[in-house]
Amino acid sequence: MQTKDINENIEWAKINADVLRSMENPRIGYWIAVATCIAMVSCAVVAEIYQYQTGIGVANLSWPQMWGLYIATFVFWIGMSHSGTLLSAILHIVHADWRKPIYRFAEAMTTFSLMTAGLFPIIHLGRVWNMYWVLPYVSDRGIWPNFRSPLSWDAFAITTYLTSSALFLFIGMIPDLAICRDNARGWRQKLYTVLSLGWQGDDRQWRHFRKIYLLMACFLIPLAVSVHSIVSADFSMSIMPGWHVTTFPPYFVAGALYSGCAAIITLFIILRYFFRFEEYMTIPILEKICKLTFAIAMVWSYLNLVEFAATWYGHDQVAKELLLWKFNGPYAPFFWTMLFCGSVMPFALAFEKLRRHLPTMFVVSLLLNLGMWLERWMIVGPTLSLSYEPFAWDINWPSMVQWAIVFGSFGWFGLLFLVFVKVFPSVSMYEVKEMVFHRRRAHRPDFAVELHRRATDPQPGRSPQPGQNPSTEGA
Amino acid sequence: MSLKNLLGDWSKYRKGHEEGGFHKYEHMWGLAIDLNKCIGCNACSVACYAENNLAVVGKDKMLSNQGMHWLRIERYWDEPQLGGDDRDFQERGASFLPMMCQQCNAATCEPVCPVAATYHTPDGLNAQVYNRCIGSRYCSNNCPYRLRYFNFYSYYESSWPAPLHMQLNPDLSVRDKGVMEKCTFCVQRIRTAKDTARAENRKVIDGEFNTACAQSCPTKAITFGDMLNPDSAVSKKWKAQQVELGKAEQHKANRDLRGYRVLEGLNTDPKVLYLERVREV
Ligand code: SF4
Repeated sequence: MQTKDINENIEWAKINADVLRSMENPRIGYWIAVATCIAMVSCAVVAEIYQYQTGIGVANLSWPQMWGLYIATFVFWIGMSHSGTLLSAILHIVHADWRKPIYRFAEAMTTFSLMTAGLFPIIHLGRVWNMYWVLPYVSDRGIWPNFRSPLSWDAFAITTYLTSSALFLFIGMIPDLAICRDNARGWRQKLYTVLSLGWQGDDRQWRHFRKIYLLMACFLIPLAVSVHSIVSADFSMSIMPGWHVTTFPPYFVAGALYSGCAAIITLFIILRYFFRFEEYMTIPILEKICKLTFAIAMVWSYLNLVEFAATWYGHDQVAKELLLWKFNGPYAPFFWTMLFCGSVMPFALAFEKLRRHLPTMFVVSLLLNLGMWLERWMIVGPTLSLSYEPFAWDINWPSMVQWAIVFGSFGWFGLLFLVFVKVFPSVSMYEVKEMVFHRRRAHRPDFAVELHRRATDPQPGRSPQPGQNPSTEGA
Repeated sequence: MSLKNLLGDWSKYRKGHEEGGFHKYEHMWGLAIDLNKCIGCNACSVACYAENNLAVVGKDKMLSNQGMHWLRIERYWDEPQLGGDDRDFQERGASFLPMMCQQCNAATCEPVCPVAATYHTPDGLNAQVYNRCIGSRYCSNNCPYRLRYFNFYSYYESSWPAPLHMQLNPDLSVRDKGVMEKCTFCVQRIRTAKDTARAENRKVIDGEFNTACAQSCPTKAITFGDMLNPDSAVSKKWKAQQVELGKAEQHKANRDLRGYRVLEGLNTDPKVLYLERVREV
């Protein structure tokens, strides 16, 4: 049974070769996946054009069901984006080096899920063409957005988070882009030459790099927490029963990390299988994420209980009624599925046998995310159906237009991700080397010195490969 | 603002909403609705449709809850009191509650609009700027009364096919798809009255004009007026019922008084007073 996070005898050249290989020659499966994603996106585009032309009513949004799957899915994708920050920033700061082989794709996931999430508030607007009004652009009429509204906070929070996480993804990739540049031909070489910003891997560059990387990590952590707290403010700042909940910010952040971690497991298994990354995305690392997910799942379940208890023992009759109605009303099947997927399913992660079985984990991780998606819907939907005014108690189920757009958003995310894995290295080469180097030194110091000498010896006729010399100065 | 000031007068700042952010209101339009008089005839609702260019959405859309009735008559049935199902005898059990925008002084819809399309006017009205609305529908979600309606489609052609468009009230616009709208207390009438009064260099006289609903009610259940004017009919009703603005809970000397405001406990400070229906059992 494999117990080590990574093979400590792995050669630098093999790491490069393995990762670079994953970016070349897409096989037929890849093209099928791309085609599927494009088909999904076109479903959404057709639906959106129809909705744009006819009016938002075709989504079967109605009074009082003014928000629907759009906002629920928006919160879902925002939540998904928290995993990358968790892996790359939080775990970086606490020196958990097992994150190194898997943080790159998690970070890409962050950026892409934000790019997906950002579409939803736009799609759901009644007058999409005026969406820029929520931004404080310079207007000669001196009109500003309403700074008291959580929706305009959203606009700021998401654009900031998207910019920073895209930058963070890019900065962390520079040494790897240099490796790609040195090994690529044609358009790729031109692209990587521009993107690697003249990286040579000398000491000074590494020192600067470490500093900015750490700085960005420190900047991103509070940002990630605040982004989802602000998204939760969309609900908790309101007056409606079931939304006006003080525990929403931590609840949302926990839910975000939860769904993010579950998505990491899914993508981990996919990448490991299709790119044959068995050497990097190893079972012990998967186990570590599973444990992390389990812990977060328990926090999430606990916060759920807190919410129920607070409602139950509080004196808000309507909130109480809403809670009971969630338990046994028309939303009950979804509600119980959510609780099952969110709180019972994660116990599968507690068993070593199951954790090490990839197909099981794949299914479990998808179910966890199904639960998390339902959670968001169970926040948005029931409150709109049952609130203070009894005359306005009604349920409207989402129409095909809504479903098509939600469905398409997964295709959009998949498409971005598929392009990413073929253009950029989805495993961080230089950080894997670093990890191997440190572990080697810890376990077999003499062998490490020998290997290190061999790797750093300049070979005749070839300049030293950048990134092959894992310098830890300034780290 | 010194710290002492902030600590000492904190409650003053918290209660700022009573002034709606204004130092001085010009008017404070309010309503009083006597439910004893309301017979549920829907005349007010129809008048509202005619006055305010409300789109007639048709049966299908009405059934899927996409209607645009700014003033709706809510029907509630009491618990059966005389045995049997009181639904068969509406005169026994049904109560009617005409609900229009409550023009809350601490309106929950106002702070949540991302583009400030809804705001408080110096008239104490909760105004909706159609041109500014981008249709995020947050205000409607945050309205505890659910009194905001959204243009889910463009109704212009279907609702007023020629020559019906000639019947549209020229004093206000017809809203297009993607915009939120709600009862305005017939703001176009308020404006006309204020303009006339200014031209004639006088104050607006109580009873000089009325909202469409108050005007058309056959039983005179609805009273409209300026609550800053102590002699107006509506002020007198509020006073008689011992209901005051700016309070989340009313302390009435006489418990038999019928006046109440809907969901007052949420501290939205609505400006519509209802006089409870009294029924003999
Ligand atoms: S017009 Fe008067 S009586 Fe008729 S429903 Fe309206 S308030 Fe009641």
